[in-house]
Amino acid sequence: MSWWGALRRRLRAAREIYEGMFVAPYRAQIYREYLEQRDLFLLAGFSDLLGAPNPVAFYTLELYPDLIEQFHQWHLRMGMERPPEGGFRCC
Amino acid sequence: MSAIALLVVGLLAFLTGYHVYSRYISTRIYQLDPDFVTPAHELEDGVDYVPTNRHVLFGHHFTSVAGAAPIVGPAIAVIWGWLPAFLWVTLGTIFAGAVHDFGTLWISVRHRGQSIGTLTERIVGDRARVLFLLIIFFLLLLVNAVFAVVIANLFVANPGAVLPVWGSLLVAVIVGLLIYRTRVGILWPSLGALAILYVLIWLGQYVPFTLPDVFGFAPSAAQLEAAAGDVTAAQAAAHVDGMRAGWVIALFVYAFFASVLPVWVLLQPRDYVNSHQLFVALGIIFLGVLIVNPEVVAPAVNTTLPADAPSWFPLLFITIACGAISGFHGLVASGTSAKQLNKETDARYVGYGGMIGEGTLALTSILATTAGFALVVGVDGWHQHYGTWAQASSGATTAFVNGVGVLAEGVGIPRQVAVIFAAVVVISFAATTMDTGVRLQRYIISELGAQYQVKAAQNRWLATLVAVASCAVLALGIDRGAGGMRLWPLFGTTNQLTGALSLLVVTLFLLSLKRKIWVTAIPMIFLLFMTTWAMVLNLIRYYSDSQAVLLAVGGAIFVLELWLILEAARAVRRALTRRGEGAGNGC
Repeated sequence: MSWWGALRRRLRAAREIYEGMFVAPYRAQIYREYLEQRDLFLLAGFSDLLGAPNPVAFYTLELYPDLIEQFHQWHLRMGMERPPEGGFRCC
Repeated sequence: MSAIALLVVGLLAFLTGYHVYSRYISTRIYQLDPDFVTPAHELEDGVDYVPTNRHVLFGHHFTSVAGAAPIVGPAIAVIWGWLPAFLWVTLGTIFAGAVHDFGTLWISVRHRGQSIGTLTERIVGDRARVLFLLIIFFLLLLVNAVFAVVIANLFVANPGAVLPVWGSLLVAVIVGLLIYRTRVGILWPSLGALAILYVLIWLGQYVPFTLPDVFGFAPSAAQLEAAAGDVTAAQAAAHVDGMRAGWVIALFVYAFFASVLPVWVLLQPRDYVNSHQLFVALGIIFLGVLIVNPEVVAPAVNTTLPADAPSWFPLLFITIACGAISGFHGLVASGTSAKQLNKETDARYVGYGGMIGEGTLALTSILATTAGFALVVGVDGWHQHYGTWAQASSGATTAFVNGVGVLAEGVGIPRQVAVIFAAVVVISFAATTMDTGVRLQRYIISELGAQYQVKAAQNRWLATLVAVASCAVLALGIDRGAGGMRLWPLFGTTNQLTGALSLLVVTLFLLSLKRKIWVTAIPMIFLLFMTTWAMVLNLIRYYSDSQAVLLAVGGAIFVLELWLILEAARAVRRALTRRGEGAGNGC
């Protein structure tokens, strides 16, 4: 490898190390916060599927196809390999 | 001796250690496998388990393990001369600390990213889990108490650092809110925070702040004796005690609130700003050494030790803790880094390489105190500063801060500004460690409360209050805080014990895989032997000085140490018996 290539490789490594101290600590926290808000939305929109009465179920049902994948990730994150009874039939 | 020569020799030793010894360990002992499915891939969840580029993970890991301790320890230990400190930092890092960090990262990866605490229970036994929790509890208690005293001493000695340190808290909160609650992104708030911090550092020299002495202590008998009957000098010393005590209390009030806030509000933005300070400080010190090229005026081995100073052997090995080996790193390696390792072969770069970075930080502390600081005060002034053990301990950070000041002057930064900058770096690191320490202590108290069904202990505010109060009592309990730095050897011992326990876990795992164990067993035995010997000497000293608090805390740690040795002996015997029966259970 030429010296120019080696220098570029080292500069890229330095940029990535900087990214590590910069982005990595935030990434997990931001994603965790995002997931919490997403879970809250799922609960608000589809509480009837978890057994709690939901007066707007008729309207939120329209979102069902878009949220199946999110629901699947939610129950996996909660440590449930299969979805709870009465919930989304995602897997 | 030229400081450049010392720097070059140290860095070459680290490079050789990384390229030769760590390669041997990774291929022959740990036998890293590039095709092994790491927990980051097996359990990927986008939050904790995330396959991460090795450079990115190195940056995260290094800034998580770096702190104030590798600066403070060597700054005290140079009282024995630069050579013992230099040798322990370089050889300790290469053969013990880096092997430990690398090993804890690797073993956690081989066990689905489990923490070293869980692995202790699984590999050593149930009782070892309790032992681990107790050692961690003492480690946190001591680190919070010691760092409160370190910061208070720096505030008293550098009133110009008060404005930038407390101002940066406000800036960090604003940065946290901007990043999480608006759409401005990370870059601009962070750059703005750095700019404001540097302006505050510059302003600090014009707006020094001295805390009023609200306690009004009367001079103690020791102060009157030290002042040789000069009542005014004794009162001045008592006045400093009052200011220090005020700062310690203010710091624990801060730690109380900081540790109950969500991490993104204060802790993370502060950590991030601190990380920049670390790299800037390292750059300034290296550049300063290269430009100024000061002579290392401290003796290679100090043959005229003060009367109250203990012998370097074995006290050196607990005075320099994190700069050579640190049990705390095992918590980081197994707690977060192991969950993000993309390939098992990256463990060498992240674990071993991260500790080399920490060793480099300790090396800069040696250079700043033995070469830079001496340029300010002269050879005689250096010997005077390190004239007593107590003075060397309490004035360690002052020596470092002034040493960085003179090196920074060589780079073109006004010395007064550079001294404040260095003080801010050390204070910020110590304060962030305090935030985290109090937070973790709260978790341990709550966990114990849940285990023994004590509801009050599970209350967040009460648990934090107990954590903060116990640390504050310890910090102020030894000569009104003036003797707070006497806790440093106890902190070093506990830290080394945590490291020895992690090395024991890795050794037992290697035994079960029927591999050579000397790379981890020798540092473990060395650590246990040195810390036990040093603790016996310390306990004798505390007893003869009638220091009840130190004797009680030291006695408890000594019991834990003996317990650890017994557990180690039992676990190794059991593993050897199993190995003899051919019951290896390699992953």
